[in-house]
Amino acid sequence: MSIPELVCPAGNLPSLKTAVDNGADWVYMGLKDETNARNFAGLNFDAASASEGLRYAHAAGAKMLLAINTFPQGQASKRWQRAIDSAAGLGIDAVILADAGLMRYAAERHPNLRLHLSVQTSATNYEAINFYHERFGISRAVLPRVLSLAQVADVIKNTPVPIEVFGFGSLCVMVEGRCALSSYVTGESPNTRGVCSPAKAVRWEKHGDTLDARLNGVLIDRFAAGENAGYPTLCKGRFQVEDETYYAIEEPSSLNAMELLPELAKIGVAAIKIEGRQRSPAYVAAVTRIWRAAIDAYATNPARFSVQPDWASGLARVAEGQQHTLGAYHRKWK
Amino acid sequence: MKLSLGPVLYYWTREALLEFYAGVADSGVDIVYLGEVVCSRRHNLRLDDWLGLARDLAASGKQVVLSSQALIESESDLKTLRRIAANGDFTVEANEMGAVRLLAGRVPFIAGPHLNIYNNETLAWFAELGATRFVLPLELSRDVLRELQAARPAGMQTEVFAYGRMPLAFSARCFTARHYNLPKDDCQFRCLDDADGLALQTREKAAFLTLNGIQTQSALVYDLSDAIGQLRDLEIDVARISPQSHNTLAIIDSFRERCAGRTGASLEGLRVAPPCNGYWYGVPGMEYRT
Repeated sequence: MSIPELVCPAGNLPSLKTAVDNGADWVYMGLKDETNARNFAGLNFDAASASEGLRYAHAAGAKMLLAINTFPQGQASKRWQRAIDSAAGLGIDAVILADAGLMRYAAERHPNLRLHLSVQTSATNYEAINFYHERFGISRAVLPRVLSLAQVADVIKNTPVPIEVFGFGSLCVMVEGRCALSSYVTGESPNTRGVCSPAKAVRWEKHGDTLDARLNGVLIDRFAAGENAGYPTLCKGRFQVEDETYYAIEEPSSLNAMELLPELAKIGVAAIKIEGRQRSPAYVAAVTRIWRAAIDAYATNPARFSVQPDWASGLARVAEGQQHTLGAYHRKWK
Repeated sequence: MKLSLGPVLYYWTREALLEFYAGVADSGVDIVYLGEVVCSRRHNLRLDDWLGLARDLAASGKQVVLSSQALIESESDLKTLRRIAANGDFTVEANEMGAVRLLAGRVPFIAGPHLNIYNNETLAWFAELGATRFVLPLELSRDVLRELQAARPAGMQTEVFAYGRMPLAFSARCFTARHYNLPKDDCQFRCLDDADGLALQTREKAAFLTLNGIQTQSALVYDLSDAIGQLRDLEIDVARISPQSHNTLAIIDSFRERCAGRTGASLEGLRVAPPCNGYWYGVPGMEYRT
């Protein structure tokens, strides 16, 4: 039986410390620039805070990952390569990369630097994952949130690469790394700028009792008085198809796979990732603490594992949109 | 500059597909991409049918390329992919890295638009793997393309998606089935009803996106027909036209004329929706610059 490691988000130093304090095995973070997919104002690390975070994590026996998971464009790779050099120089435990050119750079220049395949790489099958393994010696791959549990199991059976899956947090409905919806509307996407539906393109308009949420002018949703007005992530708005107005792509819900923990462990998932570098330290604390408790409870007595009511309510309190789903793990979601 | 016809992204009846390609055989495109790239459930033409069509089009003088599925999730997807990769007769367009593994170092291949070739280093790597042409990712601009072209590896051709509704995203979920309240596994092939996809509008009825099974497209039609001169100046080898249910042959004719330096018929009235070209100019993709 393998017990999955817990990989938690650190948008800044306070989040990193709280993740470590609450039992994260790994924390992942990004630099203050477009080299990572949570390139938000006020978020992320400079060299000094990264070193401090690393010392803190290592002192507690945790490991630190640097996400360099956007795609440099044209001749711009230098800045991303410098980020890889910094990670190696600082002694960061692994880098999460998406771009093949950067993987090659890291494998050639820093052969001892451990490489994780980012979800942004869009590797959804074992042929793809094994290819990156053969070429660059990747040590772990994060699967996009599109596979059913049976499909995840099939990938694990057919690859020597340990597999990490998402367990909790905001849910991408599209295959990560191959979604250009955000740049179609705003000019900036996860691949190009490390953002989706960026805040600077959001405009709220009040008309009498209704509230319109626009992204670069496009009406993403319209809320009646009393409705909970969520952030206008463009795939989670209400749209009209034929004569019906509904969440045509996805409801504003988040992923919560905790009830699948026994199955994830049984099929050999190496690590479970919590989404949310853009969320508060309070979110990181709650989610890390609850998942740590769940994984430890499973490790102690797998046969008797069940999701405790206080875990469920604790996670529900911090979930985006106040509702959760098993996403693609559950075939019916599709 | 050559013209290519991209794979049909929608689900059409067998009759409609065969009729369409009979017309393509006599059209002005040099290269034809064939195959199902969106959904493995679609089966009006099976791989053997596509291969038969490929031979017919090759006999008509077209360069034929077999396009692989963009999202590979299951063992049966991989089985089809392996047959495509090992077909022995036709070049393959790889649309994800599983296909690249099956082709690299074995046969020359085309690196499709969904492989995320965003920079010179990645392009150089693909050249070493055996790619002889790459398709620029849709969201990249002419400025980025200029940088890629400046350091283009020897023997690498460049192709640009120049016309059609843009494939912007893929999902495990089928949005067409979702619209009809059907499970994906029992979708009843409702995407057959919409030969150019299902229109998704905002709540103020602005055209926004197009649902095409698991693929989400732009509602607007990417149209670089007025930028053919720029493509030529950038030494683009191939401009791609993505099929729509009507007028595709007339659109090909217009592009052919424009590539030859002539005016070419207006595409107004031929497009299924108004145009956009923002990506080309480095602004939001939905915008249109004249």
